[in-house]
Formats: sequence, C-alpha cells, structure tokens
Amino acid sequence: MSMPDDIQPGDAVHKGHPVIVNRYTLAARINHWVTAISLILLAISGMALFSPKLFFLTALFGGGQATRAIHPWIGVVLFFSFMGLFLRFWKANLWKSEDGTWLRRIRDVIAGHEERLPELGKYNAGQKFVFWGMSALIVILISSGIVVWDQYFYPFTTIPQKRVAILVHALAAIGIICVWIVHVYAAIWVRGTMSAMTKGQVTGGWAWRHHRKWLRELVVRRSRGTPAE
Amino acid sequence: MTNSWTDIKNTDLVVIMGGNAAEAHPCGFKWVTEAKATRGAKLVVVDPRFTRSAAVADYYAPIRQGSDIAFLLGVINYCMLNDKVQWEYVKAFTNAAYLVKDGFTYQEGLFTGYDEQKRDYNRSTWDYQIGADGYAMVDDTLQNPRCVWNLLKEHVALYTPDMVSRITGTPKDKFLKVCEMIAETSSPTKTMTSMYALGWTQHSKGSQNIRCMAMLQLILGNIGVRGGGMNALRGHSNIQGLTDIGLMSNLIPGYMSLPTEREPDFATYMSTRGFKPLRPNQMSYWQNYKKFFVSFQKAMWGAAATPENNFAYDYLPKLDVPAYDILRAFELMNQGKMNAYVCQGFNPLQAFPNKAKLASALSKLKLLVIMDPLETETARFWENHGIYNDVDPTKIQTEVIQLPTTCFAEDEGGLVNSGRWMQWHWPAGSPPGEAKTDVWIMSQIHLRLKDLYRKEGGANPDPILNLTWNYKDTHEPTAAELAKEMNGYVLTDVADPNDPTKKLLEAGKQVATFGVLRDDGSTACGNWIYSGSYTEAGNMMARRDNSDPDDTGAFLKWSFAWPANRRIIYNRASADINGKPWDETRKLLWWDGAKWTGYDVPDIAPTAKPQDVGPFIMNPEGVSRLFARGMMRDGPFPVHYEPFESPVANVIAPKIRGNPVARVFKDDFTQFAEVASKEFPYAATSYRLTEHFHYWTKNNQVNAVLQPEFFVEISEQLAKEKGISNAGWAKVSSKRGSVLAKVYVTKRIRPLTVDGKTVHIVGIPIHWGFVGAARKGFTANVLTPFVGDANIETPEFKAFCVNIEPTTGPVA
Amino acid sequence: MFPPAPNPPITPVPERFGDKDLIRRSASTITPASPRQTEVAKLIDVSKCIGCKACQAACLEWNNLHEEVGTFNGSYTNPPDLTANSLTLMRFTEWVNPQTDNLEWLIRKDGCMHCEDPGCLKACPAPGAIVQYSNGIVDFIHDACIGCGYCVKGCPFNIPRISKVDNKAYKCTLCSDRVAVGQWPACAKACPTQAIAFGTKDEMKKWADGRITDLKSRGYQNAGLYDPPGVGGTHVMYVLQHADQPEIYAGLPKNPTISPIVELWKGATKYFGFAVIGFAAVAGVFHHMVAGPNKVSAEDEENAEKLAGGERS
Repeated sequence: MSMPDDIQPGDAVHKGHPVIVNRYTLAARINHWVTAISLILLAISGMALFSPKLFFLTALFGGGQATRAIHPWIGVVLFFSFMGLFLRFWKANLWKSEDGTWLRRIRDVIAGHEERLPELGKYNAGQKFVFWGMSALIVILISSGIVVWDQYFYPFTTIPQKRVAILVHALAAIGIICVWIVHVYAAIWVRGTMSAMTKGQVTGGWAWRHHRKWLRELVVRRSRGTPAE
Repeated sequence: MTNSWTDIKNTDLVVIMGGNAAEAHPCGFKWVTEAKATRGAKLVVVDPRFTRSAAVADYYAPIRQGSDIAFLLGVINYCMLNDKVQWEYVKAFTNAAYLVKDGFTYQEGLFTGYDEQKRDYNRSTWDYQIGADGYAMVDDTLQNPRCVWNLLKEHVALYTPDMVSRITGTPKDKFLKVCEMIAETSSPTKTMTSMYALGWTQHSKGSQNIRCMAMLQLILGNIGVRGGGMNALRGHSNIQGLTDIGLMSNLIPGYMSLPTEREPDFATYMSTRGFKPLRPNQMSYWQNYKKFFVSFQKAMWGAAATPENNFAYDYLPKLDVPAYDILRAFELMNQGKMNAYVCQGFNPLQAFPNKAKLASALSKLKLLVIMDPLETETARFWENHGIYNDVDPTKIQTEVIQLPTTCFAEDEGGLVNSGRWMQWHWPAGSPPGEAKTDVWIMSQIHLRLKDLYRKEGGANPDPILNLTWNYKDTHEPTAAELAKEMNGYVLTDVADPNDPTKKLLEAGKQVATFGVLRDDGSTACGNWIYSGSYTEAGNMMARRDNSDPDDTGAFLKWSFAWPANRRIIYNRASADINGKPWDETRKLLWWDGAKWTGYDVPDIAPTAKPQDVGPFIMNPEGVSRLFARGMMRDGPFPVHYEPFESPVANVIAPKIRGNPVARVFKDDFTQFAEVASKEFPYAATSYRLTEHFHYWTKNNQVNAVLQPEFFVEISEQLAKEKGISNAGWAKVSSKRGSVLAKVYVTKRIRPLTVDGKTVHIVGIPIHWGFVGAARKGFTANVLTPFVGDANIETPEFKAFCVNIEPTTGPVA
Repeated sequence: MFPPAPNPPITPVPERFGDKDLIRRSASTITPASPRQTEVAKLIDVSKCIGCKACQAACLEWNNLHEEVGTFNGSYTNPPDLTANSLTLMRFTEWVNPQTDNLEWLIRKDGCMHCEDPGCLKACPAPGAIVQYSNGIVDFIHDACIGCGYCVKGCPFNIPRISKVDNKAYKCTLCSDRVAVGQWPACAKACPTQAIAFGTKDEMKKWADGRITDLKSRGYQNAGLYDPPGVGGTHVMYVLQHADQPEIYAGLPKNPTISPIVELWKGATKYFGFAVIGFAAVAGVFHHMVAGPNKVSAEDEENAEKLAGGERS
C-alpha cells in the first residue's frame, strides 16, 4: 500500500497536550536555512549590483570586486541547496483537486476563514506556488547567471545573448524576491508556522487548522504502525 | 634616391613597382599620402600581390614576379608609339641622338659578343661612334637609324600590349590603364616618381629592372625634377651609408673601385679612369677621380702615402675576381677555401639564399666571429632547434665567438637615409651588459694586429702599421673624429696661385667641399662624397632647422645631403635647355641670366651656361643614357629574361635560361628546378611584412605579438585545388629544401594567365627563425636559389618555383 | 598636412582636465561640469591607413601593456580580437567591391569610440568606475571597477574587455593622460601617414570634409564621416570610403545605439522591480494590519488531540 504523496520521511504525530507534529527533519531544516541564507545574500549582493542606490551594500561582502566575485558562487550554493529541497519536497507539492478549491476561495484564505476551506495536505496551493515558483525562478536565475558569469563563461555566448540573459536575470530576481516576501510573510502571518523550520515541529492544532488532511493521514499511518522515524 | 623622401609630396603620380612602400617604408610613405591629399596625386601599384600599398592605391595591376622588364619595356613602347615623350628633355638631356657603333646588334635575347662558355659578353661594340674630334657622334634630328632612339624603338617594338600581357600575366586592359596613367606624365608639367626596393633588386636581372624604369623616367622627363626621380627605398636606416662608404668587396669609399689584378700599378689603374668628356664643355666629374683617390689614400695612410710610392697604391689589395660578394664568399667557404668569417651586424644564415648550403658552409669554417646587438641564427647555426634547424652539433667544429655590440639607439653617429640625408643621432640609452660599440671592437682588433705585426713582422705589415690612427682615445675613436676624417681635412697649406700671400687652404682645417680636394697629397678625405658634412662650421649632419622656403620639400638646413647638400640630383634637368623651369609651379633651379639660382644646390657650376653643360655631370656625355654602353654586364638595353626558376619558358627567347650572364656556381645549377617544372609548378616570391624588420624585430615582444608566426600566402583558387584551408598547414618545397607553414588563403593573390597557362603564386614572408620572441618558424631562404644579379650579385629572392601540399602541423 | 602632433614640453604642465570636468559618472548622480570644455576627437581616416600597426605597438608601449605572442589565424589581424591588453586593433577585411569587382583591403583601427552617450557608462553599476569628461573622453577608473562586465553588455561596439589578471575592464582611454597635458593619443602620435589625427571635434569634422571631397574625386561616391547619431556622436570618428555600408569594415555597426535591452534593464526594470518588491512588502504589512494574525485556536488544538487521541495504538 502506497503512502500519500505528502507524507515525507520524518513526518509524524505525537499524542499529548498539545499534540505535537513532526513536520521537518533536522536535515531538511538545515537544507532550508542554507538555501534561505544563500537567497538572502544573493538578494542583497544582487541588488547592490543592480541599483547604484544600493551599491553601498557591497561593503557587506568586502567591496565591489568581492561582491561581483562571490555572488555567482552563492548562486551555485543556492542552486544545489535548493535542489536538495526540491528532491525532498517535490512530491508533496504535486497538484491536488482540493488545491483548486482552495484557490477559488482565495478571498477566504486572505481573510483567514480557514473553516471555509477544504481540508489540505501538507501544503496548500499557496505554498505550492512558492515551491514551484522558486524552483522555476532558480533554474532561470542559474541559467541566465551562468550566461553573464563572464569570468568563466564569457566565450560561450554572444553579447546580445548576454544582454537578454542579464535582463532575464534581473526580472527573475525581482520575481524571486517577491515570492520570498510572500513566503516569509505567510510564515509570519500564520502563527505557529515558524517552529516548523526552527524546531521541526508544529502543534496539532496548527496542523488541524491548516493541513487537516495531512494530519489525518499521519494519524492513520501511526495507527497502522507504519514506522514513522 | 635621386630625390628625397620629402620631395615625394610634389609628385602627380606615384608608381610603386618592385617595392611595397606602405608596408616596408611606412614612415616615408607619409609623403605619398601627403601628395595624394594635397596635390590629388594618384598612386599606382604593380605587384604580384595586393599589398598594403595596393590597399591605399588608386589603381592596382597584378604582375608575375620576374617579368617587370617586359612590363616596363611595354610602357616605353606605348609611350614611343603614342608620342607620349617629353621631347625637349629627351633631345637635350639624354643620349637619344647619339650614334651607336655599327657592330652592335640584338637578336633573340642576346646582344653582340656573347660567349656562352664564359657566360659573358665582349662589350666592345656597345659604344658610340666617335667622330674625328674625339667626341661621340650625334644626330639631333633622330633620323639616323643607328641613333640610340631608333635602336631603342626597334628594341622595344616587340613588347606590344598583347606580348606584355602574355609574359607578365597582367590583364591587357590593366596594363593599358597603367600605361595611360604613366604616359600622362610626359607633360613637362606633370611628374611621376618611381618608388622601388628589393622587389626589383632581388632578381638575376635586378639592375636592369631599375635601369628600365630609369629609361622610362628619362623619356617622360621626370628625372631631376621635383616630384620625379628614381627613388630606391633603402631597407635599412643606414644601408645607403654602407654603399657610400664602400663596404662592398670591390669598392672603396665614394663609389671608387678597388684595383684588380690587371692593375698592378697606379698608372694602369688611372689609365681607365680618365673620364675624358664625350661631348664638348661637359663636366664629366669623374675627371677628378685622382683627387678623390689620392685624398682617400692620404686619409688612410697619411705621411706614408707619398707621391714617390704612388700614394701607397701598393697597400691596396688587388682583386683577382670581379668581387668577393657574399654568394662567392659562401661558395668559397663551402669549398673549404675560406676559413674564418667576421659577421658584423649581419645574419647571413637568414639573409642569403639556400639555407642548407649556408649552414654547410658555416660548418666548414674554423672561426666565426659574430658582432651583433642581438642573438642571431647565424651565431647559433650549430645548435639543434628541431625541425627549424636540424643539425648535429657534435659534427660541427666551427669555433663561434659572439661579441655583443651596441645598437643604433645606444651610440652616436650618422645614418644616411634613402634620400642621401646624413642625419646625426645621439644615444637614447645605455648599452646593456657587456655590449661595446663596433668602433671599440674594431679598434681592439686593429691595435692587437698592429702590435703583432710590430713584434712578429709578416708578409705585408705596412698597410696595418702605417694606418692613420690619430684619435684621442686610440681604443675608441669618437663618431665625430671619424666623421671629420670622412669629410676631409687639409694636410699642408696651399697658397692661392693668384695671390701667394693668401692661403687657399690652411693645414689642419676641415675642407668645406670636395671641390677643393687635390691630387698632390695636400688634402686628406676618407670619403669624398661626404665632404661638406663636417666642416669648420661644425657638424652639418646635426643640423635640425626644418625651415623650407616656399614649401618645396628641400629642407636645405636639415642635416646634410651628399653630394654638397644637394637634395635632388641632376636638378639642372628641372629647367629646359635655356634654364627656364619646365613647370613654373614646381620650379627648382633656374638660370637668371648670369647664374643658376633656386631652391637646391645646382649640380653644375653656378655660372655654367645652360646651353653648354649637361645636367648629368658624372657621365662624360653630360647627358643621361638610354643606351648604357658597356656599363652593364647584361646589355646596354634591358631585355626580358625569365628568372632561373620559372613556370614558363622565355616567350621572346625560348632558348635562354635566366639572365645569360648571371654568375652561377657549378653545383648550384643542379639545384634549380627545370623550366616549367611539374615537380615545382608554382611561382613563389619572398617578401617582408610591415610588422617586422628583417630578422631583428622577432626579438622584440611587441613586434612578435603583431605578427607572431610564419605563414605563406596563396590564392583561394590554389587552396581549393590543393585542398588547403585557411590557417591550415602546408608543406612548401623547392629543389633546395622544404618548410612547414600555416597558410593564409587570400583574395589578395589571384592566379595569372601567362602564355596561355594558369600560373599560381605562392607568397612567402621571411621574418621568422629559431631565435627570438616570436614563434619558431622556417625561413624563406630554405627555398630560395643561390644565384644573384648579373651586375651586383643581389640574390634572386623574388622569383623562384615551389610546390605546396596540405599537411598536418609540426609535431610538438 | 594636418598640423602634426606636438612634442612634449620639457617642463611639467598643469593638467587640462580632471575630476572637476566630469559630465557623467557611472552609478552616480552628479551636476555636469559647466561650461563644457571644447570637445575633442580622434579622426581615423581609413583611406589613409596602411595597416602598419604602429598604433597598436604605440598603445602597448605607452600603456605599458603586455600582450601574449599568439599564432597565425588566417588573417593579418593580430591578435585576433581586442583583449584587456590590446586596447586597439587593426582589423583587416578583404572585400570585393561588387560594383567594380576590384578587391579592396579594408583596414580599420578598432577601439573605443568614446560615445557622447556611452552605453558602458550607462550599464556600469560601480559608482565612478566609468566617467565622461566634458571634452568627451570616456575613461575607466580602475580603482572603482568591480569587473562585472556590464560595460561589455552596454557597449554598442563590443569594445571593453575584462582582464583575467585583475578582473577589471579595459579599453582605450583616448590617452586621457596624454591629452590632459596637451599631447595627442599615442596611436595618433605614432601613425606615420596621419591616418589618425587628433584635435577638437569641430576641427576633425572639418578635416574630414576635405578628405571626403578628395575620396569622392577618386570615385568613392559614398565616402563619408562615421559619427553615429544613435550614440549622440562619437569622439573617435572614421573617414570611410563606403560610409553607406560601415558593416563591411569588420562589422562596424551601421546605426549603433545602446541596446534597447540594456536601456530596459538599466531603466524601467529598476523602477518596476523596486515597485513590485515594495508593493509586495507593503501588501503584507497592510494585510496583517487588516486581517490580523492567523492564529491557531484552542479548539483547533482540542480537535487535534481528539483526532490523535481517538486512535490509540
């Protein structure tokens, strides 16, 4: 018997008061934070190179030359780090029928009327949007980034191609920063979320409120004695 | 040059043929761009390749290398048939009207008197008919069939446009267009300048190439005028100085000749150097030969040169052969007859033909001394450099001594440029390491030799022991001391014959001009043509006043031009027979009724009447020669001869191979490809590129960057035929050797149709070798034939035959 | 002859322009120097050029640059392209004129054009790494250069090159150091035929007129001056025999402008980007203020406990 797509290694529910749900393993959390820090550093260094007004931010990296040199390498770190996240999470982010319903009721989502939404798996459509958005943008960023990484890849493309690449890179960066804002804001707005990425755990109530289908699946799986960890 | 670089700005038409001024003389070429920009002058380039000169030309015509004489005789024919002749000039200033001896004829490529065994002519018939008055006979009407004009007309009649095109491969329409442009300058108010260099000299008939253009220029009236002339572009900043100072095996300074064995005593020597005028009133300036010669001997041996010992005439070596030119020297070396060789600023392993023979010759030497500021291939001939110099050092016993010298920028002295300007220069830097000036090295050798002779005696010690050596520092005479010696000075007072209380010349003073040199031993002069360059007024070569009244381009106060600060020689010819300038807008000298005046120093005496004295003062005729008499070994008129290696037989004289009087050593004949060889079917030529100077600049990193690697050039058609790709590798071979080269497949070379046959051209630049900063590469002289010009033995580098095949690159 | 290049004076002379004369400074807002100095220009007369490469040698020597010894690449163009050391390059093109069937060997000295509206400067993110003096010279200030290569993308002529040694951008400076003390650029000084001349832009245009008249008289009906308006004119101009088709001269662009993509990147994208990012952030704050935090209720916890507790293992 196959496991639901959105139950991932390490996910588990523990009875108690309150109920504790394991949402992310330590490895997943480290993977996430490496990615997160990379993305932030990339955003800062990238914006420093993008806008003269923010050029002063290069000081954080040891000056313009160092910023220019280090930015693409952080990009490489981000790419591989995110690839780890992608491999961990892609199954749980596959589209489900309830996601359509959720999306149609986006007004209720924004207003916080969770009770009017369908029961959801580990991720809601918004989270899936962030996941797939990040995935797509990172691919675009790394590809366009390599085209303009002149130190190693100058001879392989023409200048007109590089011009397109750098414009695409800038637009994709704006996109990914926006996705990041949505991601961070959602984590702040939906209280109780942060602990998922810090301690790796959320409360049962949080899971009940936001990802009830997932919680039910975990409970069902525990009752069947499937080893959880 | 008859004229000067700066004078080129005065021209209406520049013809670059037998040279590539833009590439090989970029700095001087500025005067061509100047003439084009300010006078609207046109530039014509005739060359087997579309060169960088052609890139800025108004008209380009291709020509097969080695067929220039056919082209030029064709132009002469065109001018004669179309009445494009500066008649007044031709009649007044050339020997057109002179009658030639009856015995003289021309038939099938040969003149009267040819001896096939000796490869030489008996030239006795090649002369004028001499009248009862002792002067040459002339027919001013030009009616006499034996006059030079009519003989020339007959001689060139063969070279019709069709025939020219058939021989040269130049398309007929292009040839005619060039004819038309050149012929226009027969107008007295139009001039043409001829700029040529090694493209004409490096042939077995190099001298005749140049003569041919000189004749054309005379017919057009373009010699002695502003913007005209025969302008030899010297390849080295001081190569003009080299010939002036007599650094040829058969010359002494000032173009005087070394005695031969047949002239054992002074009287015999002088008997053929009387230079009696051939026409009345003529200056025949060589009549002063004895004054120049005696003054030279006095400069050399001072008090030891006395009237009693014929001014030390016996000290001079007597030649047993016409000349010990470099080809002969290497032939003798190779035969084991020459055992020691001093190379002073010379890299013969690169600069002379048939590298394999040169290397073999050097390997047979006992001692090779190299004086050079740079590392040279010659100095390293014994060293193995893989395929580029594949020798076995263990088999070579030659002792090589390298003496590092200063280069021109590290010492003081004079350089003589193409325009005969003697320009003084000062050191710009200090010599590196152990480098010493050539003068210091030569002084050491001389002082040591002198010492040895003094101690040990010898067969003939006097020339060494008595050599004048009055320098302040005997170990290193200064450039100024040497320059003063060459200018000449007074040894003993000479009283004024009109007023014995006055001194004409005062002992110890520098002479002001060669005009005061004497044959009684009272003056000394190292090089009579340099007289006036370092006078009591100081070092005239160091003058840097660039004023130029009326913008004539003369610059009389800038440095010093030999002879006598004359900027355009034969300048008397710039005015008509009455002394009126041909072109008022471009006047140079004119007769003001009492004397010559103008912008230049006149050739003839300032008061010599215009109708009396001809402008060509060095000739006993006083006029120039369309017919060269016996002065050229290979004919009084030029004839088209094929190169020794040629893709076609000589159309006009199929039996004649090469130049019939060019000297060929026995073994070398076997090393020529046969005529129209199937094994070596392509016409090759070697040349220089602007980025490099001979084999020097490959030692310089910047020049090496600009043209880093050896290559050859071929047409797209030949590349296709042979399956060779651009920048791919090919093997180029001649009967004497083969080279590997990258190939430049270029539109700038196109195959030519010669005598109905397609002739492909292979271009081979010369600048690489196995030492230096540039990539190691082969040199063109691996391929070139060991034969020189019939008159002066300049090697035939410009026309030979090769094969080319695609190949892979050298194994690393 | 155009008045030849002056020889350097023996005594030091004050600099004729410097930081006070900037009209543009990369990634910076400045008040342009006023009044402007007389605009200078280098005129390259392709019809007078003999391809001797003296300009290339002079450039390497004056700027004390070291280029590598390369290989033969099937052309006289050496090295085959501009590099961080070869700031100027003779480009050779064999072109058969279709009208006459005659070969023309076009030799163009390539290098920075010193645009009046420099794309490199527009693209540069490093404050002060690229400056434009009021005489028109566009100069790279290497201390400020970060080596990002944006100038390469900004340039309509494909000129700047990034050094592999110090990761900084290099291009012709129009010998701003020489010009500042009244000298001609090294290339112009070295040019034997005055194919390169230097002076005020007006003088150069006037001189070019004479050259164009001469060329037209020799049958080059389309001879003309290359001073492309798309970049506001340039301070390096060409006299071309075939000004109607500059692209035959080793790809000299016909109507060069700063690429619209670069304009978009350095213009609208910047405003758009910050607007979008700002909007996202503000929207979040606003949403939080209006909707308040999305909190888990005690009921949710109980429900969870019930769900978990209801299933005893």
